[in-house]
Amino acid sequence: MTTHLALENVSKNFGDFVAVRDFNLEVERGEFVSFLGPSGCGKTTTLRMIAGFEMPSTGKITINGNDITNNPPNQRNVGMVFQSYALFPNMTVAQNIGFGLRVRKEKEADIKDRVNEMLATIHMENKANSYPYQLSGGQMQRVALARALAIRPEVLLLDEPLSALDAKIRVSLRAEIRSIQQKLGITAIYVTHDQEEALSLSDRIVVMNVGEMEQVGSPFEVYNFPTTRFVANFVGSLNTAEAEIVDPGKGILNMDGIQLLSSNVLKDKSKGDKVTIAIRPERLSFLAEGKKENVFDGKVENITFLGSVVRVEVTIGTRKFKMDTFNRPSLNLPNIGDAIKATCSDKAVLILKD
Amino acid sequence: MNFLTRLRRFPFWAWFWFILGALYFILPLYATFSFSLSWDPADPFKAYERSFGDSRFWNSFLYSNMLALATILASIILVVPTAYWIRLRLPQARRIVEFLTLMPFVVPAIILVFGMIRIYSTPFTIPFTDIVLMQPLTNFRAGTNILIVAGYMVLSMPYMYRSVDTGMRTVDIRTLTEAAQSLGANWFTIITRVILPNIRSALLSGALLTFAIVVGEVVLASFLGVSAFGPYLFLLGQHRAYEPAALSFVSFLLTWLAMGLIQLVSGGQGQAAGAH
Ligand SMILES: Nc1ncnc2c1ncn2[C@@H]1O[C@H](COP(=O)(O)OP(=O)(O)OP(=O)(O)O)[C@@H](O)[C@H]1O
Ligand SMILES: [Mg+2]
Repeated sequence: MTTHLALENVSKNFGDFVAVRDFNLEVERGEFVSFLGPSGCGKTTTLRMIAGFEMPSTGKITINGNDITNNPPNQRNVGMVFQSYALFPNMTVAQNIGFGLRVRKEKEADIKDRVNEMLATIHMENKANSYPYQLSGGQMQRVALARALAIRPEVLLLDEPLSALDAKIRVSLRAEIRSIQQKLGITAIYVTHDQEEALSLSDRIVVMNVGEMEQVGSPFEVYNFPTTRFVANFVGSLNTAEAEIVDPGKGILNMDGIQLLSSNVLKDKSKGDKVTIAIRPERLSFLAEGKKENVFDGKVENITFLGSVVRVEVTIGTRKFKMDTFNRPSLNLPNIGDAIKATCSDKAVLILKD
Repeated sequence: MNFLTRLRRFPFWAWFWFILGALYFILPLYATFSFSLSWDPADPFKAYERSFGDSRFWNSFLYSNMLALATILASIILVVPTAYWIRLRLPQARRIVEFLTLMPFVVPAIILVFGMIRIYSTPFTIPFTDIVLMQPLTNFRAGTNILIVAGYMVLSMPYMYRSVDTGMRTVDIRTLTEAAQSLGANWFTIITRVILPNIRSALLSGALLTFAIVVGEVVLASFLGVSAFGPYLFLLGQHRAYEPAALSFVSFLLTWLAMGLIQLVSGGQGQAAGAH
């Protein structure tokens, strides 16, 4: 695989305010990359720099190795899908999809073929002559997607394309976006603040916070091995606690007098250092029998059913921890107030950078 | 019972004010019309026959219509890109431009026309020399036409600019522009294929107001000495009684007819474009 789209040391200032700082990313051809982060962290700004609607204050953007940093948006061949659909209200579905091709002065017959092909891709052949106001939100966004794809763009950019839709459509349309992207093998950048969307769609996720990249990795890596406290908290829900290192070689830590064992790297740390540890709720379990390490005494505080998962809140030492267990009929749940033993493997005890 | 509830639902006051308002417009019109018929009881349409028989009527009326069309076209070419650019890139400048477009309400047309005559009745020379580049605009016909259209553009600016600006507020100009740009469109394509069609009904109302202003305008036309419809009607009004009434009524009807026609022509698609 080769690098298709690259951002090198890209920053964007608005006056004194730094919206994006030192953004570095290489995207492979056909890769689906999500920018995930809370509101105002600079996702849209980064995307708009790739599209050419904003000029980077510093840094360089390349597609296929060609520097496009200073190209105007209409000479980048980059497709864009907006949160608000942005269909042309005066044109039919077919005219919307064909707009980019007509601008490129392609032959009418070719345009017609391509439009029909795109209509088939989004399963809307029967709506070719409808106007945007006659469509539902989900249909409008599919047309917007087809319009962006019709020009065979180098890169497809999507800025929270599903956030104006209701939950059911959101899930089905995101699967459709992913399957179309894979079928066409197109490079895509997807902006979202919804972690579930990012986790389910992406080949790789860029987690962003206040203008900076926090972590880049596959959904598996980002979810299971968050490297910073921010990522750990933003992606999934996590138990975090302060602990002191007792033996960096053996991975022994002390959390308020409770001994913890972690298999994660403590190389650069020394005895007495304070660190933040994190444990995913689903990695804690009640099955403590026969285990010697990482067994904690706790007291059940609260039990919540979350559908397929049951969340039990327990106090361990002075801290509250969340434990998630799959909900199954044979599940033997404790009662509120019960004393229990909780455990986890040494792999589940993550050490976070701040 | 049924009747009573229906009566209670009938929005009496709404209708009352509507009818009062309608009468305010219709009564003078009716009075004009009825007066125009009263010249000769034997031939109620005598005033109309006389008016239409006068070639000066046709000439001035056609000329004014041409001026109106030219003004509308030139205004659209000037105002649409301006309003568009201000919305897109210079929102800070909006107040200033809005204020400027209101100038015709503050500065009377008579001052405008005297200013124009003062400046454009001297020849254009290369500065500090006597070499004449162009004769004074007021000295030849095309030049005067340019002057008067420019003057009318100023007079109709408040209506044109405001209609267009309001039209642009109802569609998301910025995102539509970006969508078109990312699809490869240049500025000309964006304005002609995306912006203009989506503000068509706003353009229409701006155009109609401009039309109404230009066709009835007297001050600019008489001081620049062109034989437009306004001065003709004015002169006629000083010498005759019935014909001006007839012509006022006719020109009013024509304006409405034009409005109806344009609505009809652009109606179907305009509706689709304007729906939200
Ligand atoms: N044109 C601008 N002028 C000044 N500040 C801006 C401009 N555009 C964005 N910003 C600021 O830059 C920061 C990042 O904005 P951006 O739109 O990229 O956030 P985002 O991550 O997309 O957030 P959201 O999830 O809310 O869309 C914000 O604090 C925003 O206020
Ligand atoms: Mg955003």
